Amino acid sequence: MSHDVHVEARNEAEYQHSRRKAGQAMRNQVTVFAVMIFLTFIAFAAVQAGFSAYLVVPLVLLFAGVQVGLQLYYFMHLSEKGTGIMQFFIYSGALVAFTMVLGFVTIVWI
Amino acid sequence: MDLKTKFTPQSWPEHPEAATVEGKNKVLGFWIFLGGETVLFASLFATFLALKNKGPSGMEFSTQNLFELPLAFIMTMLLLTSSLTSVYAMYHMKNYNFKAMQGWLFITVLLGLGFLGFEIYEFTHYIHEGFTFTQSAFGSSFYTLVGTHGLHVVIGLGWIILLMLRNAKRGLNLYNAPKFFIASLYWHFIDVVWVFIFTVVYLMGVIK
Repeated sequence: MSHDVHVEARNEAEYQHSRRKAGQAMRNQVTVFAVMIFLTFIAFAAVQAGFSAYLVVPLVLLFAGVQVGLQLYYFMHLSEKGTGIMQFFIYSGALVAFTMVLGFVTIVWI
Repeated sequence: MDLKTKFTPQSWPEHPEAATVEGKNKVLGFWIFLGGETVLFASLFATFLALKNKGPSGMEFSTQNLFELPLAFIMTMLLLTSSLTSVYAMYHMKNYNFKAMQGWLFITVLLGLGFLGFEIYEFTHYIHEGFTFTQSAFGSSFYTLVGTHGLHVVIGLGWIILLMLRNAKRGLNLYNAPKFFIASLYWHFIDVVWVFIFTVVYLMGVIK
């Protein structure tokens, strides 16, 4: 199955370079994680503080959107090159999801 | 190239999950699956939002008097942290450090089990109060949504544990690297769904 793979050992300089790059990417991931924790904390605190629903609901939804974006683009690597088709699939799912939720909250009543 | 080819950190490709055609297809196919999962969860979210706090007349249960934010907060922190630890596992996978990868996956599993424990505690607590699956339309939609997510956590944990056991003596190669990679994608997706659950179900639920 992997007959098409051609693997070459990198020389020491190339190896050190890619290790440094990977280490830098990992530090970015930890920063992203810190931002996600921060957003979660603010969202819970805003609800706990009991501000007006008209302020809190859009705020927590916005934070959720940002957090999911960070998760998809950094933790799940969508920000890397060559992920166009994968983004197409997940956005197709998201479009159907949005339409469905919008439909149910607006036209279903019991 | 033989599957059992041994690598060194120097010869290990920078993107081992995409170094073979099979690996590339696996990752791509998995994103199609995740698109479908998004639709599945959207249908459950939509149903929950439509049936929230609805049920038989005179029902005493509502999101406002059921949910407790501290519990949802702890569960969120556990799952969010487990997402980071699986990122660490994939970092070590790309560095061809099998032991470190297994170690981080083990921590991920422990955090996932912690999350699951809290969820079971939460459900049994509600059931003892009389809020069950068949009690109301609200109950059915709540347990279906949050329970389906919990089922995903169970499947994700089983998947990661099986991969760790199956490859314990094998070490890393280009055959199992994509398997570890998509298992971690699945785990991140579980966290993505949970972000919406804690926001839409719990946070928006307790707002009066």
